[in-house]
Amino acid sequence: MDDITTSRPGVHESAVKHVTGRAQYIDDIPEWPDLLHVATGKADRAFAAILSMDLSAVRQSEGVIDVITTAEIPGDDDIGPVYKGDPLFARNEVQFHSQPLFAVAATSLRLARQACARAQIEYETFVPIVTIRQAMDAASFVLPEKSFVRGDAGVAISEAEFSLRGEQYVKGQEHFYLEGQVSLCVPDEDGGVLVYSSSQHPTEVQKLTASVLDMPMHKIQVEVRRMGGGFGGKESQAAALACTAALFALRTGRPVKYRMPRSDDMVQTGKRHDFWNRYHVGFNQRGEIQGVELDLAGMCGYSPDLSEGIVDRAMFHADNSYYYDSARITGYRCRTNTVSNTAFRGFGGPKGMIAAEAMLDDIATVLQIDPLDARKANLYQPGRNTTPYGQTIEQHVLPGLVDRLENSSDYRNRRRAIAQFNGSASHFKKGLALTPVKFGISFTAKHLNQAGSLVHIYADGSVQVNHGGTEMGQGLYTKMVVVAAQALGVHERRIKVTATRTDKVPNTSPTAASSGSDLNGMAVLDAAQQLVLRLNEFTAGHYGVPIAQVSILNDRVRVGDVTYPFEEIVKLAYLNRIHLSAAGFYKTPDIGFDFEHGTGRPFYYFANGAAASEVIVDTRTGEYRLSRVDILHDVGRSLNPAIDLGQIEGGFVQGMGWLTTEELSWDIDGRLLSNSPANYKIPTAYDVPEQFNIALYDEDNNEDTIYRSKAVGEPPLMLALSVWCALRDACASITDYKFRPAMNAPATSEEVYRCIQVARASMQ
Amino acid sequence: MELVLNKERVSIAVEADTTVLSMLRERGLMGTKEGCASGDCGACTVMVGSNNNGNIEYRTINACIALAGNLAGKHLVTIEDLESDDGLHPAQKAMVTCHGSQCGFCTPGFVMSLANLVEQGIVGTSTDTVSDQVKLGISGNLCRCTGYRPIVAAGIAALNSPAPPTVCHDVARRFLDITDTELSGKSYARPRNLAELDRLVGEHGRDCIVAGATDFGLNITQFWRRYSQLIDVMDVAEMRVLETAGSDMVIGAAVSYTDLEAWFAGRSPIFVKLLHRLGSRQIRNSGTLGGNIANASPIADTPPALMAWDARLLLRNSSGGEREVRLDAFYVDYRKTVLTEDEYIVAVLVPIASLAQFHRFYKHSKRLEDDISSVMGAFSFYGDASHIETARIAFGGMAAVPLRIPALEKLLTGQAVDELLITRVCGQLRNELTPLSDVRSSAQFRMDMAAEMLDRALREFAGTALPRVDDLEFDASGALGDG
Repeated sequence: MDDITTSRPGVHESAVKHVTGRAQYIDDIPEWPDLLHVATGKADRAFAAILSMDLSAVRQSEGVIDVITTAEIPGDDDIGPVYKGDPLFARNEVQFHSQPLFAVAATSLRLARQACARAQIEYETFVPIVTIRQAMDAASFVLPEKSFVRGDAGVAISEAEFSLRGEQYVKGQEHFYLEGQVSLCVPDEDGGVLVYSSSQHPTEVQKLTASVLDMPMHKIQVEVRRMGGGFGGKESQAAALACTAALFALRTGRPVKYRMPRSDDMVQTGKRHDFWNRYHVGFNQRGEIQGVELDLAGMCGYSPDLSEGIVDRAMFHADNSYYYDSARITGYRCRTNTVSNTAFRGFGGPKGMIAAEAMLDDIATVLQIDPLDARKANLYQPGRNTTPYGQTIEQHVLPGLVDRLENSSDYRNRRRAIAQFNGSASHFKKGLALTPVKFGISFTAKHLNQAGSLVHIYADGSVQVNHGGTEMGQGLYTKMVVVAAQALGVHERRIKVTATRTDKVPNTSPTAASSGSDLNGMAVLDAAQQLVLRLNEFTAGHYGVPIAQVSILNDRVRVGDVTYPFEEIVKLAYLNRIHLSAAGFYKTPDIGFDFEHGTGRPFYYFANGAAASEVIVDTRTGEYRLSRVDILHDVGRSLNPAIDLGQIEGGFVQGMGWLTTEELSWDIDGRLLSNSPANYKIPTAYDVPEQFNIALYDEDNNEDTIYRSKAVGEPPLMLALSVWCALRDACASITDYKFRPAMNAPATSEEVYRCIQVARASMQ
Repeated sequence: MELVLNKERVSIAVEADTTVLSMLRERGLMGTKEGCASGDCGACTVMVGSNNNGNIEYRTINACIALAGNLAGKHLVTIEDLESDDGLHPAQKAMVTCHGSQCGFCTPGFVMSLANLVEQGIVGTSTDTVSDQVKLGISGNLCRCTGYRPIVAAGIAALNSPAPPTVCHDVARRFLDITDTELSGKSYARPRNLAELDRLVGEHGRDCIVAGATDFGLNITQFWRRYSQLIDVMDVAEMRVLETAGSDMVIGAAVSYTDLEAWFAGRSPIFVKLLHRLGSRQIRNSGTLGGNIANASPIADTPPALMAWDARLLLRNSSGGEREVRLDAFYVDYRKTVLTEDEYIVAVLVPIASLAQFHRFYKHSKRLEDDISSVMGAFSFYGDASHIETARIAFGGMAAVPLRIPALEKLLTGQAVDELLITRVCGQLRNELTPLSDVRSSAQFRMDMAAEMLDRALREFAGTALPRVDDLEFDASGALGDG
């Protein structure tokens, strides 16, 4: 057996369970006979005062066991994760369409829903704010604006050889995790509750459940074995279900399940933010950016939720991979009467980056150069390596990575071939774009950059690993097996990772910000190293050899020239009363950010990548196909290339969906129109190009991360910006690239068609 | 009702509106998942085996919106039954080795779709690549994690594996061979002929009829309506015919889209292509032409095409009285038809000659595959470019009902196709229609697309090939192939 278990494309630890249907999700847990089911009564307007709410018919409805409103909440009714502002049920005012007003627990979901329909509610309706522009005009914000300022961008732009302005409207995205939000709560004998939650943040579910129930956190246990997808949508959004079900469980003494049907999930849970971006940029003849003014306005919905950090991250990534000699980047957090928007893979980052990418294409158009050359002229490099927020880029991965992708994708030859094709009379036009991604790794809220683990070695030599991270399909548990096996020097077969539980590892951070493997991997490593040290010290003492002569390797313990099976030494250690359990801990070093002045080092390091996408557009209809994608992505030294590849492909396709066919739409009354998979279209297998070449950029992380790997969860999503830029490129080809119409996102066929009309009009 | 559920013949009591998914999960079979409860995501995909005139066939369906009563006399195969004494099914094995699962929630559905491809062997036309076939097979399965590439790879690997034994075992085979199993339950009636159907319609009313339930099921799962009595017409012999009679093709109202695909394969590849975009594999296995028409949706895909073909409907009432109605005279207003209270559609009659004429069916939707039309345009021209003898122009998504536009047809009749004519008729189209803006498209875009479709159809009729993006074939390098 190779002593290095990392960088092996092992299969997902649950793969066989997935394919046989044996992997258990919360809704699959066998139901107790006395189980209750929850449904909520929803507001049918977006902004209104509740004049009266008569629930008597609800209470009398068949099968109803209990009904709760905000008045029945014993503790704090506000479940805002960072700032206050998220009442579990509307108090006396409705803030968004479909906001929960009350909840019903009944003997079946059907009966619970049937009861909800019997509520008599009187409203006084107000005119809602449902767009970013309305919010900006009304100065309606959930939190104050912030700016990062480096140099004097205004002066730099006015003194630059060239300058231009642009704007774009970039819509949000529905998570569409295949498993909807769900929680199952079981009351315990101490008046506490065991909560099964499909959540990326069990500790927050624990904290909020305790606070809603007005009890200490130690009375609430939260367990998360796996989620059927999360993507950020189960970071803060899972708590409401757990809190509601827990309150019913406590009041009725019965187990309670709250599973949101898809139709509720789509209207009642937060999504990726819409953004309205405006930019003003000055640059020189070489295309180098001298000054940038960027306004990023995010549609936060009715409450802050996680929007402070999300708009922060949009600001942190408004440079994408490019050096801005001076910059003023301002983020607005707009308050609208819509569901409170929340975390979604990339966490605002994609919204800043798309402004940068549009800007670079515009610069290339003004200078009549290949957009790739404009991009390359601005990549961070030694000497031009300070971000607008003052962090120095230390590991310059992108110049080399972009060069390599330019060659491997045959970019220049294809660019020529496309120019030739586009010069023909065909009603099809092709577009090509190669765009980089640089994504900052660390929670920008410093305290979240910590993790714990708990590793047990049982007397038979088997090992159980637990940590604070959650499994949502990203392969975290699989990677943790790799880390534990490598650190202990034993075979992966010995190791079992168990369900994430707040009573095993406390005070955990959400599995978010791509941090799962980085943080929990180091915590598992810490615990494993403690155990190895204890075992080695014991073994050395037991056999009377210097500790330097003892090691655990290839599943055996070496003592001088002799090796023993691991389990033999473990049994011996147990008999000699050695503590075979260890709690591990990790906190990311060297990071810190001064939010008041907007400078510091928010990120431990950056993950990088680049993608080249080619599209073919029917100029008569705006319909298009993605014909080829080449990706080169930096995951440091991979913990598991198969899983990393899966994250890259999956992230790319999810990003492609956001930028192409997935279109959120609200009516003027604040009602979500794209409220079902029948009218909200995520990619299918058919949308993925046959030619989809992906490679890992093999370079160790400069920083001392877990086995020099890099985070991979979010960064690949933004590789899909290449698709959006390629579509814009195809539209520009109509004008022989003299003019590049401003394009909004998603670039649906209707939007592409509109851009084609604008391009045509520009020539008249 | 009696069915074979995986390995065993079982007797299950279900209500009229019990879905297959709720029946399974109530029995503790938790491998089949609810992702959307609307037939859009495929997490609930199961395989159903039935005896189709002596052939035992297995097809995938969406268990979430399918009605349990329809399974009497059939073999239901779920994810729990794929593993055998030899271990994992090739589809399962390939999904593991190709890293086809991440969160795993959609996985059982994908596995069932892939296993069904393996069960059927290679299907589709000979020009389809294996990869195309896999994509057709999983067209109704959504995955939010993987980006599909590893799943398609798994499908190819599974199809290239040594064929496993069929999912049909002795118990199932014996059961499916029994043709006199009682199909009807107390509240879920399954008449076998028109006479039985007439009696049931007379007794319970026409609105109890379901024919595939791919739209009807949503009443139960999305709108939480209850039904105490249903009449499933999928076994009515006269409604399952697919034949030519005289100058007509007779398509029974209860013929599934999948059966239509096979029927039209050599007759109209254009119609087959439309069927591919009409709905997913699972939906096409369940949904019926009669359902698509009677449902009277303004965005149904087949009515404009059938109108362009001058199709007629054979209607029948519970007293056995029959009449024929032209499809273009069938729709009265939004969701309203000429059907009287006890009348239903028996069959669709399509003049065979229509298929030989130039026809084009264009669909515009936000997502190319498995999406509802924003605009559907259907065109049929007879004659040649120098003299259009007759023209048929029909649209879906442009009004409260699918409709023909006689004024435009008249403008074309007797004319030669030239720029002037194209400009004039496409300009006139804008006066004939007033579409709406909704979640799928703006009114302006609908109008532009309808005009574009008419323009394209005329140019193609005149001999200018204007392929659409879904006609494009890419070769392995991602370049456009010769197709």
